[in-house]
Amino acid sequence: MDIKTLALVVALAPLVASVVVGLWGPRLGRAASHWLCILGVAVSFLASIVAWRDVQAGNVFNGDVYTWLASGDLSFSIGFLIDPLTVTMMLVVSFVSLMVHVYTIGYMADDPGYTRFFSYISLFTFSMLMLVMSNNFLQLFFGWEAVGLVSYLLIGFWYERPTANYASLKAFLANRVGDFGFVLGIGLVLAYAGSLDYATVFAKAPQLAGTTIAIWGDAAWSLMTVTCICLFVGAMGKSAQVPLHVWLPDSMEGPTPISALIHAATMVTAGIFMVARMSPLFELSQTALSVVTVIGATTALSMAFLGIVQNDIKRVVAYSTLSQLGYMTVALGVSAYSAAIFHLMTHAFFKALLFLAAGSVIIAMHHEQDLRRMGGLRRFMPVTWATAVVGSLALAGIPPFAGFFSKDAIIEAVHLSTVPGHGYAYVAVMAGVFITAFYSFRMLFLAFHGKPRWAEPAHDGDGHGHDDTHHGVDADHPPKESPWVVTVPLVLLAIPSVYAGWAYIEPMLFGGHFGASIVVLPQHDVLAALGREWHGVTDFLLHGVTSAPFWLALAGIAAAWYCYLANPALPERLRKLAGPVYTLLDNKYYADRFNDWFFAGGSRLVGRILSDTGDRDVIDGFFVNGTAKVVGLASALVRHLQSGYVYHYAFTMIVGVFALLTWWVGY
Amino acid sequence: MIPYLSLSIWVPILAGLAVLVLHRESDAPRARWVALAGAVAGFLVTLPLFVHFDTGTSALQFVERGEWIPRFDVWYFLGVDGISVLFVILNSLMTLLVVWAGWEVIQSRVAQYMAAFLIMSGLINGAFAAMDGVLFYVFFEAMLIPMYLIIGVWGGPRRVYAAIKFFLYTLLGSLLMLVALVYLYNVTESFALHDWYRAPLSLPVQIALFVAFFLAFSVKVPMWPVHTWLPDAHVEAPTGGSVILAAITLKIGAYGFIRFILPILPDASRYLSGFVITLSLIAVIYIGFVALVQADMKKLIAYSSISHMGFVTLGFFLFSPLAVEGALAQMISHGFVSAAMFLCVGVLYDRMHSRQIADYGGVVNTMPKFAAFAVLFAMANAGLPGTSGFVGEFLVILAAVKANPWLGFAAAVTLILGAAYTLWMVKRVIFGAVAGAGVAALADLNRREFWLLATLAAAVLAMGIWPKPLVDVMHVSVVDLLALVAKSKL
Repeated sequence: MDIKTLALVVALAPLVASVVVGLWGPRLGRAASHWLCILGVAVSFLASIVAWRDVQAGNVFNGDVYTWLASGDLSFSIGFLIDPLTVTMMLVVSFVSLMVHVYTIGYMADDPGYTRFFSYISLFTFSMLMLVMSNNFLQLFFGWEAVGLVSYLLIGFWYERPTANYASLKAFLANRVGDFGFVLGIGLVLAYAGSLDYATVFAKAPQLAGTTIAIWGDAAWSLMTVTCICLFVGAMGKSAQVPLHVWLPDSMEGPTPISALIHAATMVTAGIFMVARMSPLFELSQTALSVVTVIGATTALSMAFLGIVQNDIKRVVAYSTLSQLGYMTVALGVSAYSAAIFHLMTHAFFKALLFLAAGSVIIAMHHEQDLRRMGGLRRFMPVTWATAVVGSLALAGIPPFAGFFSKDAIIEAVHLSTVPGHGYAYVAVMAGVFITAFYSFRMLFLAFHGKPRWAEPAHDGDGHGHDDTHHGVDADHPPKESPWVVTVPLVLLAIPSVYAGWAYIEPMLFGGHFGASIVVLPQHDVLAALGREWHGVTDFLLHGVTSAPFWLALAGIAAAWYCYLANPALPERLRKLAGPVYTLLDNKYYADRFNDWFFAGGSRLVGRILSDTGDRDVIDGFFVNGTAKVVGLASALVRHLQSGYVYHYAFTMIVGVFALLTWWVGY
Repeated sequence: MIPYLSLSIWVPILAGLAVLVLHRESDAPRARWVALAGAVAGFLVTLPLFVHFDTGTSALQFVERGEWIPRFDVWYFLGVDGISVLFVILNSLMTLLVVWAGWEVIQSRVAQYMAAFLIMSGLINGAFAAMDGVLFYVFFEAMLIPMYLIIGVWGGPRRVYAAIKFFLYTLLGSLLMLVALVYLYNVTESFALHDWYRAPLSLPVQIALFVAFFLAFSVKVPMWPVHTWLPDAHVEAPTGGSVILAAITLKIGAYGFIRFILPILPDASRYLSGFVITLSLIAVIYIGFVALVQADMKKLIAYSSISHMGFVTLGFFLFSPLAVEGALAQMISHGFVSAAMFLCVGVLYDRMHSRQIADYGGVVNTMPKFAAFAVLFAMANAGLPGTSGFVGEFLVILAAVKANPWLGFAAAVTLILGAAYTLWMVKRVIFGAVAGAGVAALADLNRREFWLLATLAAAVLAMGIWPKPLVDVMHVSVVDLLALVAKSKL
């Protein structure tokens, strides 16, 4: 089987499953539906492994499947580029998707929309694979929007909930703001490179490095800067960077499996992947890289703070995802693209793991998501607990777990960088290490350790997400460990969360794994500088445990332990002490309220003014009906002339004849 | 040689007259079947136009020429190029769908209703195929009459106001065009369009003629600020009327731009392109905001139509093949998508007798199949890739960025606004908990409605996934058109 057929199999297997289950799911039944979808994704995963081996052997495939549209010299195609960057993404996407498919059997077991859900997640897998396997900007945008569509459908999966519908609309629109920039970026690429094919554009990019365009007045802007910032706005929407981050926390309204798959492991990393893929363009603009660095650093730090004050278990993980996406973005900004993709990969494993573990807790707690009503679950859910510990250690960056390697590589890269803004970014990512460790272990301790607060009589309150038929757990009905379809994916995700760091850091960062698929200019190449000091994994580990990030992470864990296990009364006192700061964090920096007021409210106001004043009063009221009235008035006047009386006409005729005679005679 | 163009005009008209014979109430079932047969036949005779169309040439094809009024050199002169052929086929398909859509919905004056659509279909095909100025004018004006009757007879409570507004607006717009046609005849002593394409004209004359044609066609498109007849007409028209109005009638206005204004008045077109582009962008943005706050579903879709048609006129006046092809793709796509959205509203209206968004909510609970279609068409309206709505918008935005990044910037606002007004409506109508007894009692699509929407869904997806065949048909003609625009006539 040639690699093009293989690529088609990878992409189409989940699509076929999705379409069949989407159209005939209820008729096929639940078991047939989920096995079909799992089979589709499993085929994708296996075929991805074959493709990976092929790429390892040195084969890179770049070819079109069909021409989407042609207009003279311009031709837009659907096609595949299978190179080291692509296969890495294919493996991550299809593996996490497979785990989530299996997990869904358990998580969605009681849901009436069971087959619909499977159809959606298979459709998502197809879209995401098309996105990463594309060899051109058009198909990239296709996949980009398609994953956005499925995300919209899945956030609003429980369509009876007003909050879910609100969240899905918000997610789509925030992403559209990003797409707005993305499309303009693609437009600039086409206008100046004359093609949307990666290979053609990237080959032409160096010639365009000096091109300037007039955007405002006479100031000449570098074409590459404008193009890359436009493209990056797209990435900001999809990868939820400040200020377009607002949709991601609300996306937690969707079922947990998709929070793991779409809103943690894969779709939200599309922006990271895109920038890495565009490295030949971004490398040509120092300004754009600087913007990327600053936005990423701001996201990494500001979103980590929000993770501390959340009480909804899923929202803690969501803010942690935002913060980690910020880390990846910072890595892109300092030209450490491989480190960004490396962190993307390890993050996909441990964050999917944490989300699925959170989901397992939510099932056991009968859809209770409030951390304040959990506690002491470790005894009842040993597998979930153990895997959550692995995930938290990886997230906090404790060696030798996967997150340590990828995060440390990013921090070291920022340290070595010279891009403007790297100083700010360094402070942000260092501070972020402490906060990340703190909130992840806060969550772990509140959920699994301490006193079982669910055993106490429920105090009515402000908890999130409990469904209408509230039949929570209590002392007589303790939570149970989830079934195997849930725990097996947890274990399978825990394994790479442990080993993916030390096993892959050398080939991915220093061994030239990505080959020509990532381009870095020598003056930006922080990873090469890091590589010169590379003396193997053991050395890196030893260096890690003697440097600041490790101790910051340990301090974060210790602080969480002290606040939430040793001295549980402390957080309440701290909260009162930090009054205004706490209010600011609890309101998420007022970003949502501002958007609701300014953008949503403002648009409706503008619409109403244009509709009522512009259309109704001015155009219709004044011009259209005004014209009609003038015609009416004029005809009312003129009507008097047609009185029907002969003597009126005769008189008029005589006047007319006299007038004419006067004129003739006079001249 | 078989005169396919004449058939595409006269088969529906004769079928319409035949249906009129069955005007008694008791003949209604028979009238429906005769109308359907006529619509099917009318559609089938247009298929050879596509199958036998030679995409390699911009010359007129399927030409038919006969003397009509020799004294003024008026000819019955028909022919299609790669642009008009697509609209003849689209129109005949839409007529078929509309006849089918009105099947059991229309219970009063069935024969007259069906006949009006069939006759209008023939007249519209005539307007698209006419290559003689007078012949075009006759078809162009005559098709107003059936539409006026459809709104005025089968429409809603304010149908008379809407029908008269529609009629006067479009009639007043086209009166000056008649003057322009006569002027062109005086200059060239011919009514044949291809003679007009060659006639040299000074810039002041071109500008005067531009104003005359522009009034006629911009009202039909409609462009801002002469658009206010459209929301009223849509709200009052029966579903079928809205479908044809949005899918076809608006396209004739846009078609006029590329058949008359651009090739006959190239210098004026280039001179005034900034003016038209500005109006188009106002339509995209201003109307997008207006659509956002509409409480009536049909009004919202009507405003969305105006906004989408802004892309068409924008594309025409960028004068690049990509832009013009994008604009044409947008016209075809809008034909499918707006038709589908009006049919969706019709499905709801037939059950609840309300078009108010506020009366709905949670329709997905009782009508899951309908909801799936509605979401698909909404996404197409929002220009999602993979649907037809994406093709035109994307190409026009790309071409606009190339012309001037700020044009692209303004045009791309539709990505946000289009999604906002469409999906906000979907959220309020389709999703949520069941809003009341009315929604709770809704029955899902019947078989007729299902296949109707499925046909359009297939068209929307096919065009989104593989638009190449359509663009291939029009490409050579578009290049030829742009060569005419580029050549000065001064």
